[in-house]
Amino acid sequence: MGFDAETLSSATETLEAGALTSLVAATVAAPDDVITVRGLSKRYGAVEAVRGIDLDVHRGEIFGFLGPNGAGKSTTISVLCTLVGATGGSAVVGGYDVNSHPQQVRARIGLVFQEPSLDNQLTARENLYFHAMVYGVPRHERNRRIEAAFEMVELTDRADAQVITYSGGMKRRLEIARGVLHYPEVLFLDEPTIGLDPQTRAKVWEHLREVRQRTGTTIFMTTHYMEEAEWCDRIAIIDHGRIVSLGTPDQLKNQMGGDVVVVTTSDNARATRQIEEQFGVTALHDDGTLRIDVAAGAEFVPKLVKALDVEVRTVTVRRPSLDDVFLKLTGRAIRDDEVDQGAATRAMMARRWQGGRR
Amino acid sequence: MTTATAPRAVEQTVPATVARATHVRVPFLQAVYVIWLRDVTRFARDRARLIGSLAQPVLFLVVFGVGLSSALGGGRIFPPGLSYLQFMFPGVVSMTVLMASIFSAMSIVWDREFGFLREILVAPIDRSAVAVGKALGGATQAMIGGVIMLVFAPIIGVKLTVLGVLELIPLLFLFAFVLTSLGIAIASRMKSMQGFQVIMNFLMMPMLFLSGALFPLAGLPGWMTVLTRFNPVTYAVSPVRTVLFANGGISQAVLDRIGAEVTIGGYTLPLMLDVAIVAVIGVAVLGFAIRALQARD
Repeated sequence: MGFDAETLSSATETLEAGALTSLVAATVAAPDDVITVRGLSKRYGAVEAVRGIDLDVHRGEIFGFLGPNGAGKSTTISVLCTLVGATGGSAVVGGYDVNSHPQQVRARIGLVFQEPSLDNQLTARENLYFHAMVYGVPRHERNRRIEAAFEMVELTDRADAQVITYSGGMKRRLEIARGVLHYPEVLFLDEPTIGLDPQTRAKVWEHLREVRQRTGTTIFMTTHYMEEAEWCDRIAIIDHGRIVSLGTPDQLKNQMGGDVVVVTTSDNARATRQIEEQFGVTALHDDGTLRIDVAAGAEFVPKLVKALDVEVRTVTVRRPSLDDVFLKLTGRAIRDDEVDQGAATRAMMARRWQGGRR
Repeated sequence: MTTATAPRAVEQTVPATVARATHVRVPFLQAVYVIWLRDVTRFARDRARLIGSLAQPVLFLVVFGVGLSSALGGGRIFPPGLSYLQFMFPGVVSMTVLMASIFSAMSIVWDREFGFLREILVAPIDRSAVAVGKALGGATQAMIGGVIMLVFAPIIGVKLTVLGVLELIPLLFLFAFVLTSLGIAIASRMKSMQGFQVIMNFLMMPMLFLSGALFPLAGLPGWMTVLTRFNPVTYAVSPVRTVLFANGGISQAVLDRIGAEVTIGGYTLPLMLDVAIVAVIGVAVLGFAIRALQARD
């Protein structure tokens, strides 16, 4: 956390205001956290989009933010990016409070929005030059950083083409390159891979890891895709405006306490009743199968088969997946095919509108 | 609710963080410059837009001007020795600037629709730099449009001098800057292209018709005289006409007869006062534009 002159002067102001404790909490207590959120809430009229969340994002990690639609993901990211003001609580990003010092926060973050925000009439290089200028990248560094950015996202040979000739995936990569051009402390990405085909998504991820590797930039992203969540260092699951779980993907899966047993039977309803009676656990219906969470799957299966008087057709024992965690915590499945079609279509339309070839 | 007691999952291979920029302040003029540069680059690349913005004034000049000239008996209707076509020419140059200015302000709505406005608004730059950069960009484009229209001057018999053109350029630029600022002030509150166009049509046509661009300001009915004097465009058209004609060898007597200069209650406003009025309105409108851009979403 840079303890530069401005931090000091704002520290002095705060001290004069007598708010010593909040300052200490924000700038001293967690020197390794690049984002500190305490009791953050945001209300739109009668709707409480975010209801008091606490969050620490460590420097240099890839932090995934998951949740069903309308859970408060985008609102939270908008508050952290200073695009909307918070109703309550505090959020410190890169050492500055988002409410009191939005301009300082903006200088220290990079943003990749759900919808593209490139100028199609300009060349890719001109887009990056514009960004370097408005973010105050020092003159002697500009060209070197722009070249390095192109190289990082493998667009060097297309650098001088107008963006209008870019495909959707190329635009995304260019936006990532642009987002880190000013060496932000945090790169925020709102659904960076929505509407992209699996291959392009993989490519985008490759570049995100590259960004982290090269610049140590912290990456904060929202996603709908569970396999992407697996690739994050830590994830938070948000539902109804509250964080319901936070940790590494493994920790979240371990919270499930053991294994998942998936069975199909000749009579699932009857089997459900019997499982409930005999073992005192609830079997969840999921797409024609029964899902049971147990401590030790291998030992449970023989007992289960013996206890049921319906025909057991298939039995699978596996470690819980993030899908299972998500289903258990939110009561909803988050599958790729259940991704908010509206948002995906809008994002795609926006790219099309910009003349992007896919 | 589970709490964050996770050990640090960050790979230790992450390099020592690169030198982060501790700077925050982007120089005001640098931001203005790059916003201006972007608009001008786009303009230079888009020939169709330039031609499109000139089409309507040319149509006015060639069809409306020639047609009305001959309907009025052709020749010298404004005594002595000035045709209607010649009379309206400075008005058409002003009209070019007016339309191109408003059109260029539309780029704000355009940018909002296509997302680039977010890139500008989340940057750590002052919103006033955004407004000034945009206004200068639009003004540059509109001024170029106005200067291009000057090629018609020799064709219709208005003499052009180097000095005249050099005097006109700053005038047209100021005029364009004010109108672009007005456009930006309105455009930044608009969410859709249609909305902006409706509002601008409501404003643009009356501003044009009541400015003395198409007919002399002298001898109008009382109510119209009042309206023209409240129209800021009036104070922009008048200097353009005066400078163009004075350098084109048209005598002061003719200028007086056709009411080229704005008069209020018998007092003839000197050219510099017109310019001052336009400039003051410009500052006020630019203030509105900045405030409109500062409003947080």
